[in-house]
Amino acid sequence: MKRRAILLVIGVFGLLLTLPLWASPYTVSLATLFLFFAYAGQAWNIMMGFAGLLSLGHALYLGVGAYTVAALYDHFSIGPWLGLWVALALCGLLAAAMAALAFRYRVAGVYFALLTIACAEFARIGFDHFTWVGGSGGLFLKVVEPGRMDLLNLRGPPAMFYYLILLLAGAALLLSALLLRSRAGYYWQAIRESEEAAAALGVNSFRWKMLAVMISGAMTALAGMFSAFYYSNLFPEQLFHISRSIEIILGPIIGGVGTLFGPIIGAALLTALGDGATEFVAAVGWDVPGVKQLVYGIVLFAIVAFLPEGIWPALARKLKLFQ
Amino acid sequence: MACARTQAEAVPMSASLAVQQISKSFRGLQALADVSFEIQPSTITALIGPNGAGKTTLFNIIAGAQTPDRGAIVLDGCRIDGLRPDQICRLGIARTFQMVKPFAGLTVLDNVVIGALSCCTRVKEARQRANAILDMVGLGPKRSRASALLALPDRKLLELARALATRPKLLLLDEVLGGLRPSECDRMMALLRDITEREGISLVLIEHVMRAVMALARTVIVLHHGEVIAQGTPASIVREQAVLDCYLGEPLRV
Repeated sequence: MKRRAILLVIGVFGLLLTLPLWASPYTVSLATLFLFFAYAGQAWNIMMGFAGLLSLGHALYLGVGAYTVAALYDHFSIGPWLGLWVALALCGLLAAAMAALAFRYRVAGVYFALLTIACAEFARIGFDHFTWVGGSGGLFLKVVEPGRMDLLNLRGPPAMFYYLILLLAGAALLLSALLLRSRAGYYWQAIRESEEAAAALGVNSFRWKMLAVMISGAMTALAGMFSAFYYSNLFPEQLFHISRSIEIILGPIIGGVGTLFGPIIGAALLTALGDGATEFVAAVGWDVPGVKQLVYGIVLFAIVAFLPEGIWPALARKLKLFQ
Repeated sequence: MACARTQAEAVPMSASLAVQQISKSFRGLQALADVSFEIQPSTITALIGPNGAGKTTLFNIIAGAQTPDRGAIVLDGCRIDGLRPDQICRLGIARTFQMVKPFAGLTVLDNVVIGALSCCTRVKEARQRANAILDMVGLGPKRSRASALLALPDRKLLELARALATRPKLLLLDEVLGGLRPSECDRMMALLRDITEREGISLVLIEHVMRAVMALARTVIVLHHGEVIAQGTPASIVREQAVLDCYLGEPLRV
């Protein structure tokens, strides 16, 4: 029955590939948002879903990644594809430094999660006062005339960004699948289930946990770059805010933590419901500020109460995708 | 420690282990006091004693999960105390846990693959090795089950299979027979005998099932209040007054 799963993936991918040709600009922007969270969710899933390390501060890597590439572009005219490598390295190192301290001093579980929040908040406050990149006033990237496409400098129409994030989300899925079937994937899952038993089987848990944290952090930096160039403006209050971290993790939690497709399904559902609700409320003419968050809360509550594994495992069983 | 590593590669499938004057206390409570014994290659040794005697603590120390306050653990002539559990595993000592710790979210096969990865360079080889070991312990038909769904006897087998997959020279088994029905117990005993005789792996068993201890062990070591109070053949142990005293209580003096 694995063929059904593969056919489904190809079908959905084909649909997404042709989307800008037949859908409205609004739908394309929604799909971009969905794919962005699908990508970032997959990055987070490598840490929490595979290795069992709860991060509630992925906004840190999102922000640092965004600001690094944007500042290099703005100040030194270094193209995003070059600046990206600096951002990847920087976020990988940041993640490694934080994790090494945590693991060395046995900060685990809830306390590890608190540490990740603290680091993101620290960065938010720091960037608020970092005037070289605009401080709390924000950093704005030069906007070129509409219609011109410059892939090298990531300036162009929404469709370009749509295809870029589609590529990234697809690549993240491929990378996740490969990692899960590799030694790293086996070891991460062993550590997630029982670190003690993993160590007794020859797994150097420190080394493999570090790898998970670094890959996850670096991948999120790429999401940061995308975000910076898609919106062309950067504010510490938005990029580093804890609500960003929460948005990143909602997709995987609703879709299924630790699964390959969970983060994608979850992101799709949340984007559809969140914006559906906003649209609906606007159409009816009610004034409900924060209706999106309200919907997120209800969905999260329903999932925790009725499908604690997430949607994907239940869906896969129902559709008999794996057997 | 480089010495230990080269030794580990030179000696293939059997190991001699020396526990030398190991002491360990927890907040003033003496868990182990001056414990010494040796384990010969390709033999079965049983470690018995009442609850709280320090048997599991001793396993934890040999396997590197805890560090001793004093004393040394010597594997094939090289000190291994102070190494991490994963390093000790790679030197050839594997263990099972009394409270079985399956990787609950994974299948039976994947559980064993993780053990096999410690001695296989490729995932594919590890899968083959894991499959062979599952067949050997009799879990082959259940390889694709979720390990969380296994009943206790199968969990114990899984725990054993996972440890075996790491290609150990010495295997520390913490109550693998506990909670098994007599027929299951017999199967497990036959398996353990097989592992020692065919593969040459030394076994150390913590065991309360005396029938198994008497049948399997060449040497029995009796721990009581953290001290070795007797060691010898099973036949000699049961006649030892100190052992009778600690299990049955001291004779009433009138």
